[in-house]
Amino acid sequence: MITFEKVGVQYDGAPAPVLTGVDLTIAEGELALVVGRTGSGKSTLLRAINGLVPHFSGGTLTGRVTVDGRDTRDHRPRDLADVVGYVGQDPMAGFVTDTVEDELAYGMESLGLSPAVMRKRVEETLDLLALAHLRERPLAGLSGGEQQRAAIGSVLTTHPRILVLDEPTSALDPVASEEVLATLQRLVHDLGLTVVLAEHRLERVVQYADRVVLVNGTGVVSGSPAEVLADAPVAPPVVELGRVAGWKPLPLSVRDARRQAGDLRAALADLQPPSRTPEAGELVVRVEHLAASYARVPALQGVSTTLARGEIVALMGRNGAGKSTLLNVMVGSKRVTSGTVIVDGLDPRALKPAQLLHHVGLVPQTPGDLLYAATVADECAAADRVIRRPPPGTPARDGAAEPGTTLELFDRLSPDVDPETHPRDLSEGQRLTLALAIVLAAKPPVLLLDEPTRGLDYTAKHRLVEILRDLAAEGHAVMLATHDVELVAEVAHRVLVIAEGELVADGPIADVVVASPAFAPQVAKVLAPQRWLTPTEVAVALADSRIPR
Amino acid sequence: MHPHHRITHPRALHPGAWWLWAIGLSAAASRTQNPVPLLLILAVGGFVVAARRSTAPWAHSYGAFLKLAILVVVVRILFQALLSTGSQGPTILFTLPSAPMPDGSGLKLGGVVTLEAVLRALYEGLQFAVIICCVGAANALGSARRLLRSVPGALYEVGVACVIALTVAPQLVTDAQRIRAAHRLRGSSTRGPRGLGRVAMPVLEGALEHSVDLAAAMDSRGYGRTFDATRTSRRITTGLMFGGLLGVCVGVYGLLDGTTSSWFGLPMLCAGSVLAAAGIVLGGRRSGRSRYRSDPWALPEWLVVASGVVPAVAMFVNVDVAPEQLYLASVVMTPPVPALACLGILVAALPAVLAPPQPVLVAESHPAEPALEVVG
Repeated sequence: MITFEKVGVQYDGAPAPVLTGVDLTIAEGELALVVGRTGSGKSTLLRAINGLVPHFSGGTLTGRVTVDGRDTRDHRPRDLADVVGYVGQDPMAGFVTDTVEDELAYGMESLGLSPAVMRKRVEETLDLLALAHLRERPLAGLSGGEQQRAAIGSVLTTHPRILVLDEPTSALDPVASEEVLATLQRLVHDLGLTVVLAEHRLERVVQYADRVVLVNGTGVVSGSPAEVLADAPVAPPVVELGRVAGWKPLPLSVRDARRQAGDLRAALADLQPPSRTPEAGELVVRVEHLAASYARVPALQGVSTTLARGEIVALMGRNGAGKSTLLNVMVGSKRVTSGTVIVDGLDPRALKPAQLLHHVGLVPQTPGDLLYAATVADECAAADRVIRRPPPGTPARDGAAEPGTTLELFDRLSPDVDPETHPRDLSEGQRLTLALAIVLAAKPPVLLLDEPTRGLDYTAKHRLVEILRDLAAEGHAVMLATHDVELVAEVAHRVLVIAEGELVADGPIADVVVASPAFAPQVAKVLAPQRWLTPTEVAVALADSRIPR
Repeated sequence: MHPHHRITHPRALHPGAWWLWAIGLSAAASRTQNPVPLLLILAVGGFVVAARRSTAPWAHSYGAFLKLAILVVVVRILFQALLSTGSQGPTILFTLPSAPMPDGSGLKLGGVVTLEAVLRALYEGLQFAVIICCVGAANALGSARRLLRSVPGALYEVGVACVIALTVAPQLVTDAQRIRAAHRLRGSSTRGPRGLGRVAMPVLEGALEHSVDLAAAMDSRGYGRTFDATRTSRRITTGLMFGGLLGVCVGVYGLLDGTTSSWFGLPMLCAGSVLAAAGIVLGGRRSGRSRYRSDPWALPEWLVVASGVVPAVAMFVNVDVAPEQLYLASVVMTPPVPALACLGILVAALPAVLAPPQPVLVAESHPAEPALEVVG
């Protein structure tokens, strides 16, 4: 169905090619998962399938890409619209019209299909993707999962044989991404569509894949998931657990692993999972009976909790449950209708911006929002200047931020980045660490992060985990709002679950997540009712137990 | 008879019909400063909106237009009564402390405020306000967005650009708010020119990225695939369209202005319409696009358009026959009632019955079980 023959891609002005010598065949009806580090060329590979590379992006493509017998050399993306449906990273960015029904019809209108055919296909697609009750709704008002389904529907109406998706679940909560992945699986199994998708969070998808394509640096390795993942640098926790336990073949899903895990559970039965409780530090955040709303939509309803130095707290819940609102309240960006917020002994809303950053820092969902300068060095220098300027009414701080403090910090978090790089040219992970460095430069005792793992690959995520642990050890209180259950399993001491603006769970991580169907990490699902959370914990415990005491 | 032709069959009327109806009413309003027909037009417009608007969000925009209209009147009165010397009359209402202004500038600051000036400003402002309300009524009854869906094929690209602009503009505002909030976290101010730059840079970069993404999405969904026009045929179409639209504009100006000679208006309008129609037909032929569920144009649409044309015609005839009823000789006299024009305007209230009622949406149904067998 899709063939790459000795394909190489080099963008204009780039020092090195993105892809070289790619030979790849994806057969009809396969679900192929494209994995690899950020910047490894996953998106380029996907966009080459429908000719966006090189027709739209520019650059040079050598070799040959054929899709359903059509050579992308002489077929522009628009000429492949009836063969390949392409859904980009952000569904909202790809919508041309403003209601679900019109969006489904848009592609067919461009192809000039007759009104009768269009009407029939729109109705069929609305049913296929369970969108019928949303047909008249404006696209901007849909939830993330619904938007992604509408985007898939909008390319399905032209009846393509291939569906290409670039990180379809990166912005979705666990339940909404299940919904999208279940839809994709149904399309593969019931309609025989060929689906190619890129995804960072392997643990969500790999069990559904027929083929994994690992893009590493320049070339690709392609094969069955177990083969490719056996020694891939990126692997979901269940595969890592399989490696630790020495299972063959490697399990790809919780179900596979659970069926092989009897012996492992027996071996672990007498061992204690390591304690996650940090040393009790000074309380730096106290919120009581918080309520906040947008117009007449309540966002928080009576939330009370605390945050202590040295603690990492994960804030989980559906999209729109109130996670971001809670973080915004804690930095004083959002007014509360009732309740108290005390951060580092002060009311954040009463603080001037220049004072605020010495008490609490927030890395927003899009770290790029914080950045405006033309180079990383300028960005860091600007941050130093703001911190050096003493807040009105307080004595000047001595040596709080010598010139170069922020840059030094950034270099520690994200080594080997040229300070003259434009912030937009950084990878997602580097941009996040730059925002983190800017926020941390003022040494706030409280650090808040909103969805920090969006767009991060496994390597960047490991780095983030190390950074967060170091920060907590240095006495920062850290709270992160996230959908990433595996990240939470790695770092969190305590988990808050928020639903419809109310706190529905607040406790040590193991108590909250182990029995939860949505928030339990894979290892916990495999080893329940034992309270192990990560493959590393299991590996360390097993290694210790083998040393005779 | 097809249900589309019934005036009792619930459906949304073609937005074009509402806009033409509103244009008719505004044309009538543009030819008079007599408050009697003007207020009548306002009442008729509001009545039809109340009777036939839908539950969609844009239907609530009428209130905003009404507020804007009131603002226009108030500003007009303030400026004319307080600043202009030319419009003052003999009936002094009150005298304000005044500041001297150069002689012969026609301006004053404070000083005497006369009844004549206030009334004249009120009537002139009212005329403009009524036209604003007509636009508001059209927007509330047939949204501008839905109207853009029905643009002819020759104007398709312009229509798409407008739709995208309508979507992106509110998004820019949200982006700017988000980025301002983020800058507070950095301790940097967002006031002054430097602050503006700090907010504007990320917003513009974001908008640029958004448009590149959108272009990629449109390209991969087949946008522009069916255009097989040659350069010459494209040029001819563009020429016809521009010439036609120019003719229409000049013609409309000639008709509504009333001071230009009559050969200028109607013939120009006709010639322009013919040219534009030719352009639309020619351009429509070259694009191979089809249209999904285009709004039908049936009997109720014709009736609504007709009831919009009647007040305009009645007003024009009335201006010819008895201009003194529509342009008052003195603003302080009791305004006369122009019978013909008022009857015409009352006809414009008929769409409250002639337009089909708005369909009531069935209460939010549950998501349908996915039916797989139907796709094949």
